[in-house]
Amino acid sequence: MTPAIEVSGLVKIFGDVPVLDGVNLSAPAHQVTCLIGPSGSGKSTLLRCMAMLERQDAGSIQIDGQPLSIAGQHARKGDLRSRIGMVFQQFNLWPHMTALGNVAEALRTVRRQPRRKAEDRAMAELEKVGLAERAHLYPRQLSGGQQQRVAIARALALDPQLMLFDEPTSALDPELTGEVLNVMRRLATSGMSMVVVSHEIGFVASVAGHVAFLDRGKIVVSGSPEEVFAKPRHPRLTQFLETYIDREASQLIA
Amino acid sequence: MTGDLAILGHYLPQLIGGVVTTIGLWVAAAILSIVIGMAIALARSFGGPVVNLPLALCVQLIRGTPFLVQVFLLYFGGPALGLSLDPIPAGLIALALFGGCYLSEVFRAGIRAVPPGHVEAAACVGMTRLQTFRRIVLPEMFVMVLPPSVNIIIGLLKDTAILSVISVPELTGAVQQIGSETFAFVLSLGLLSLSYWALVELCAHAGRAAERRLSTFRFVS
Repeated sequence: MTPAIEVSGLVKIFGDVPVLDGVNLSAPAHQVTCLIGPSGSGKSTLLRCMAMLERQDAGSIQIDGQPLSIAGQHARKGDLRSRIGMVFQQFNLWPHMTALGNVAEALRTVRRQPRRKAEDRAMAELEKVGLAERAHLYPRQLSGGQQQRVAIARALALDPQLMLFDEPTSALDPELTGEVLNVMRRLATSGMSMVVVSHEIGFVASVAGHVAFLDRGKIVVSGSPEEVFAKPRHPRLTQFLETYIDREASQLIA
Repeated sequence: MTGDLAILGHYLPQLIGGVVTTIGLWVAAAILSIVIGMAIALARSFGGPVVNLPLALCVQLIRGTPFLVQVFLLYFGGPALGLSLDPIPAGLIALALFGGCYLSEVFRAGIRAVPPGHVEAAACVGMTRLQTFRRIVLPEMFVMVLPPSVNIIIGLLKDTAILSVISVPELTGAVQQIGSETFAFVLSLGLLSLSYWALVELCAHAGRAAERRLSTFRFVS
């Protein structure tokens, strides 16, 4: 089966720092691929290249067998754009539109659907994330978890074949991460191809079909969660996981 | 006092003419300022350094010199450069350029204050740059620039008074004439101040009403 998205030899340089240093990654279709790694390892940059928000300096990305971009320029941008859904750490809802307006916006402007049709579809998507009752509220009237669920609905309304998540729960209070992770779990069960940058190791271990550990712009370990987390581990991965255990342990004590 | 009032009554047609000219100039200059300000802000934000630098210089020149001097320069200096204008068009152009430069700085700050993530989110759902500007950037910046823009537009109203120096028959000019002909300075200039104040309050009130209406989705509270 063709992978949902395939990255080969990806290089991205900021100034003279190689943030991505020849990354190869194949994300299987209808599975969750999780990118983990310390901050600054390049996982968000990799995801942003897949979302066409950054242009790589070398290498290629293929979605469903078609080139997303040749080094330096994006091929068939508009067409491919709405086939990939993106969810941001900071939600990035448009503050001057209601939840419904946020979800319906691209259906109206990009897909040119009439207002009624776009809003019906938007309402159906909000229902799926459990927010139909809040459809007419503005983002600032919603909690962080609710905002992120609206953002997920906004991406799903365009029927993407691939969903990208950039640390979707990192800006949320611990009590609110659960509701977002549950929506993502349900999405994964429905067979959506997903690439997720996440620090929620528990979520990664339970949902991911494929895990890639990045360090200093390179994928150091990749494979199924069982393979990646099995011992003996790569020393850098062990070090990374230990900082996690420390952090969670210190939270328990405090 | 009653005699003074009778004098003013005598000059009523002139006074009404002055009010009409002032308001007309102000409204026209405000609209032109918004257009000019937006054009400069867009060109400077998206046009690259080749466009940005000369425009930055123009804005600095206009912001860095007294409005009175600019009015003199355009009206009395214009003919030497082949630009002969009647008082009203000259005054309108001077006022619109002056207001446009100030507004452009406010609009530019407004464009920059829209979080980049909101623009990225629009790109990710496939919106074009134009759609993104019209549907996301413009409405978001509007909320932010409204209060400072109302301030600048109120300022323009008071600056119309300066145009009396090039004999534009606006309110201040008309009242000055009455004052010098009748010596009823206190009453006429007092009434003049009150009229400006009333107009300013009217404008400020409209601005506040607009702000209140927009406060539903204001994210910078």
